[in-house]
Amino acid sequence: MTDAAALPRSPGGRAWFRLRRNPSAMAAMTVLGLIVVLCVAGPWVIPHSYDAVAWDSILTGPDWASGHWFGTDPNGRDLLARTLVGGRISLLVGLIASLVALVIGVSWGAVAGYVGGRVDGLMMRVVDILYALPFMFFVILLMVYFGRNIVLIFVAIGAVEWLTMARIVRGQTLSLKRREFIEAARAIGVPGLTIVRRHIVPNVLGPVIVFLTLTIPEVMLIESFISFLGLGVQEPMTSWGVLISEGAQNIEEAPWLLLLPGTFLALTLLCLNLLGDALRDALDPRDGR
Amino acid sequence: MSRPILSVRDLIVRFDLGRGLFGPDRVLTAIDGVSFDLGAGETLGIVGESGSGKSTLGRAILRLIPAEAGQIVWLGQDLRRLGEGAMRPLRRDLQIVFQDPLAALDPRATVFQSIAEPLATHRPDMTRIQMREAVSRWLARVGLDDTALDRYPHEFSGGQCQRIGIARAMILEPRLIVCDEAVSALDVSIQAQIVNLLAALQRETGVALLFISHNLAVVRHLSHRILVLYLGRVAEIGPAEALFADPCHPYTRALLAAVPPPDPVAARGRRRAGLTGEPPSPLNPPSGCAFRTRCPLAIEICATTMPTAEAIDDDALHLAACHRWRDRSTQGA
Repeated sequence: MTDAAALPRSPGGRAWFRLRRNPSAMAAMTVLGLIVVLCVAGPWVIPHSYDAVAWDSILTGPDWASGHWFGTDPNGRDLLARTLVGGRISLLVGLIASLVALVIGVSWGAVAGYVGGRVDGLMMRVVDILYALPFMFFVILLMVYFGRNIVLIFVAIGAVEWLTMARIVRGQTLSLKRREFIEAARAIGVPGLTIVRRHIVPNVLGPVIVFLTLTIPEVMLIESFISFLGLGVQEPMTSWGVLISEGAQNIEEAPWLLLLPGTFLALTLLCLNLLGDALRDALDPRDGR
Repeated sequence: MSRPILSVRDLIVRFDLGRGLFGPDRVLTAIDGVSFDLGAGETLGIVGESGSGKSTLGRAILRLIPAEAGQIVWLGQDLRRLGEGAMRPLRRDLQIVFQDPLAALDPRATVFQSIAEPLATHRPDMTRIQMREAVSRWLARVGLDDTALDRYPHEFSGGQCQRIGIARAMILEPRLIVCDEAVSALDVSIQAQIVNLLAALQRETGVALLFISHNLAVVRHLSHRILVLYLGRVAEIGPAEALFADPCHPYTRALLAAVPPPDPVAARGRRRAGLTGEPPSPLNPPSGCAFRTRCPLAIEICATTMPTAEAIDDDALHLAACHRWRDRSTQGA
């Protein structure tokens, strides 16, 4: 504790302090914030609607004069408007599906790891079985049963992503529960679930947050993949995955259709990965105090 | 000794290590038929080498580790027969202080949260303000002040963390605290402070202590009675003065010989019957007396018959499990 005066006290505060000194993390957070603001507020500001067809400018390139700054798609709709609205869907899917994975995965993994024994074996076999289920098969089955629906994408992706989260949390819990402060809580008589909530979950949150920042890009990629196959969002609503899929079909005559949504998606994924890396460093207790 | 608050009878703790690659199930017997009594306000020192089962014994009594057989009678109730739910209200009387003071505190909890946890668990009637007052009072009693309340464990030294751990153990005013190597990880000067703190708290509150340590000097300073554990069995138990004045088990003598003399110059030239070799594996203990492989007095009977505890004095307060305790004067001659 040589520079204790400069360091905040709480473990979370110390991680934040280290994160702020990491330039790539701060840049990533700034760009990410910008993308979010653009996607949320942008569609209200720009002159064109995402589903309005301009009959006089179909599949035109970037053009300042017409107000279609980044061109239009084969149906004459403004690409920028569609990219920003698509971004809303992609970001929402990323966020919600990851949160679903977070809540289920952390509770499942922490309980399995803490209780141990047969319960642990049973709970982790459930995870193994779900792991073995082919993901696309699962998605197609859901679509057939319930029809195409954006909520289904959240459910489908969340149902798959929590498995890895549960394994990570269980592993962390297994090493935590041998620590003496957990034994102290047991000696006090704190009930098992309270120990999990009060002592285990806060202490596994570090690796979990790191994994979360890596899950969000993964989820967005899966959504893109599902949409690319035509199982995702429905026209005229769109997402980055749908836009990229359309752009790929028109790559020879209209490369800008791929470039704009591709850049947005790539930037978001890059920023989240950078942030995840930086968070891992910031939360690592071995890296000084 | 008045009526004991804790009576341990023939306690056995085994760990199943699972099947080896080819061999049968491997079972480690960590505690093998230990019996003793503990009176209210008494300190029983438990000494022994690493692996003798000291810590296992303490944890088994608090039911942090399941015992396989025997009785743990606490105020007339056998703790082994109680479910965890029935055990919970009793836990406010049974506390533990750990060896590694920093590891015993949740790194993400403030000192207030750590010390208040027993109150939050057993005293749901208390308000947050009352808890803060109680915690602050106990911080003062263990020699810390209110500035510690909202700080985190990593900001404190080992000795300070141990004071926090003691405050947490004491806040419900329990009747028994298991001190599991509570001072071993601390500097010698801090050790003395913590030992004196424990002794003072015992005088004030009448709490009984199970003081587990490998450091005989510390144990002697604090304990009314001493239990010597070897490979999960009681080698010798007795009042501290009697045991130090007339150690009857050769293992006790060897432990005493290993304590550095206060005056090395005066002790120079005196023969010391130290221990040689490693303790045998508890996976495969020797037949008969567990100590015979390292014992200078071992004879045939030691290999064939397990010694039972025999009374040394008339009141049967001092017991030793040795076939040859009557021949103790021949050692080191």
